[in-house]
Amino acid sequence: MKANTWAGRNKVEVRDVPDPKILNDRDAIVRITSTAICGSDLHLVDGYVPTMQDGDILGHEFMGEVIEVGRGVDPGRLRVGDRVVVPFPISCGACGACSAELYSCCENSNPNAGIAEKMFGHPVAGIFGYSHLTGGFAGGQAQYARVPFADVGPLKIESDLTDEQVLFLSDILPTGYMGAEMCDIQSSDVVAVWGAGPVGQFAMDSARVLGAAKVIAIDKEPYRLRMAERAGHTPVNFEEVDVRSRLLELTGGRGPDKCIDAVGLEATHGSAHIAAYDRVKQAVRSETERPHALRQAILSCRSGGVVSVIGVYGGLLDKFPAGAWMNRSLTLRTGQCHVQRYMKPLLERIERGEIDPTRIITHTLALDEAERGFELFKNKQDDCEKVVLKP
Amino acid sequence: MELTATTTIRKPPPEVYAFWRDLENLPTFMAHLEEVRTTGDRTSHWVADAPFGKNVEWDAEIIDERPTEKIRWQSTGDADVPNTGAVWFVPAPDGVSTEVHVVLVYEIPGGAIGKAVAKYFGEEPHQQLDDDLRRLKQVLETGEVVRSDGAPWGKRARGEFPQRPAQPLSDAELEKGADA
Repeated sequence: MKANTWAGRNKVEVRDVPDPKILNDRDAIVRITSTAICGSDLHLVDGYVPTMQDGDILGHEFMGEVIEVGRGVDPGRLRVGDRVVVPFPISCGACGACSAELYSCCENSNPNAGIAEKMFGHPVAGIFGYSHLTGGFAGGQAQYARVPFADVGPLKIESDLTDEQVLFLSDILPTGYMGAEMCDIQSSDVVAVWGAGPVGQFAMDSARVLGAAKVIAIDKEPYRLRMAERAGHTPVNFEEVDVRSRLLELTGGRGPDKCIDAVGLEATHGSAHIAAYDRVKQAVRSETERPHALRQAILSCRSGGVVSVIGVYGGLLDKFPAGAWMNRSLTLRTGQCHVQRYMKPLLERIERGEIDPTRIITHTLALDEAERGFELFKNKQDDCEKVVLKP
Repeated sequence: MELTATTTIRKPPPEVYAFWRDLENLPTFMAHLEEVRTTGDRTSHWVADAPFGKNVEWDAEIIDERPTEKIRWQSTGDADVPNTGAVWFVPAPDGVSTEVHVVLVYEIPGGAIGKAVAKYFGEEPHQQLDDDLRRLKQVLETGEVVRSDGAPWGKRARGEFPQRPAQPLSDAELEKGADA
């Protein structure tokens, strides 16, 4: 089959690789009909996540048709022919974390848990196409994928919704939604979202459906801000205005009640010397993150507010504003998304027309064009917001 | 050398105890064990895979046990690497899970065998027992040791770094199996 693979830093390559096979009894093989490039794939390609290897198949947002199931898959849960969206965390459904619906912290799905534990203190779940630290599982930017614990994660799509309407249930829609849900949104809340990429856009839409009074989008790309504005959110361009002053203006001096970091470890900064500080420290690996969005979110949030982090971090960061956090009674909440928890309720919201996930798709390419898709997305060319690949 | 490790398994103590008490189950999750054969009510024969390509074998005997709570055993006779082990099954505070606490003690001899054993355990001897218990948890909670494309050989995944790439195995690789 064809698959898009990691070929070293800043390089992806579509290659011919063997077809996947059942390795565990509860596996299924899925013929992929749609897959996507995620912002977190860029962290892998840019070389900020350790334990990548030449030839690793990328991709953790995919859906398709079940063509084979292992003998341990309960036919009541999944059968050949089912149309499914596959959540990016691989979760056993039986351990303590899964029982608490903390699926991205599954205690059993990562064969390389020992390595993850050294890095994070405790291990994390396996993830498709996302380094060997999260298990060394082949990803879904391919024609076929093996899906472990297939009787736990995959969501069956039984209505006639298009792939484009449901594909993002695999990651970015639940991730954005969890970012908003962690904010415990009240009807009087102003919610500010750093990052108007795909996850940020969905965090904004989710904040709106959860009842926020106003949603603010912070980014520097005019086309991304226009996209947010068209969806009813208030744009703030950090290259044109001072973010803190603008947020104070927009909130009568209070600051946003809830702040969402949908940027993560590769933030850019309007102020050159701070950007350079983090860039240099990151380059020499004395810090692994460029956490500018997170710092600004903490400093901007009103006292007693919530800062919700869904942007990806991998290691250590500098100059964490602990004083603002502690003295102003801020709550910091975070997590890799527990996708399985949100798939069904969000599918229902899509069916009811409350959220339209297709609004962020700007490019649909053949799998063969994955390399071009990565370039468009990474360099924000051609107003690229989200690339869907068709195997 | 004394190794200790602990894990929590979301199954009740009688079930976890029963699985361990059937000593023939141990090689499903303990990386170094090839085979354990029950030879009597409290006696067994153990075969471990050794780094110099030759198996190490010994007889063992359960010397103390309290059903659902603990098992203690030791090698008997003229074992190459005399060893003892004990495992406790303690109800976890959540009321449904079991804390498994394991202690293994090896008397490392001098000479070639001692050197080989030391090399086998490497710089981080505890890591192996931690990983063994992780697999015990996988087997009891999910039915199997979990495999990925990068680490396709279950309990033989140890020492595979750098792993094979995260892409499916070819038919030839699958046929060769873990010993390829």
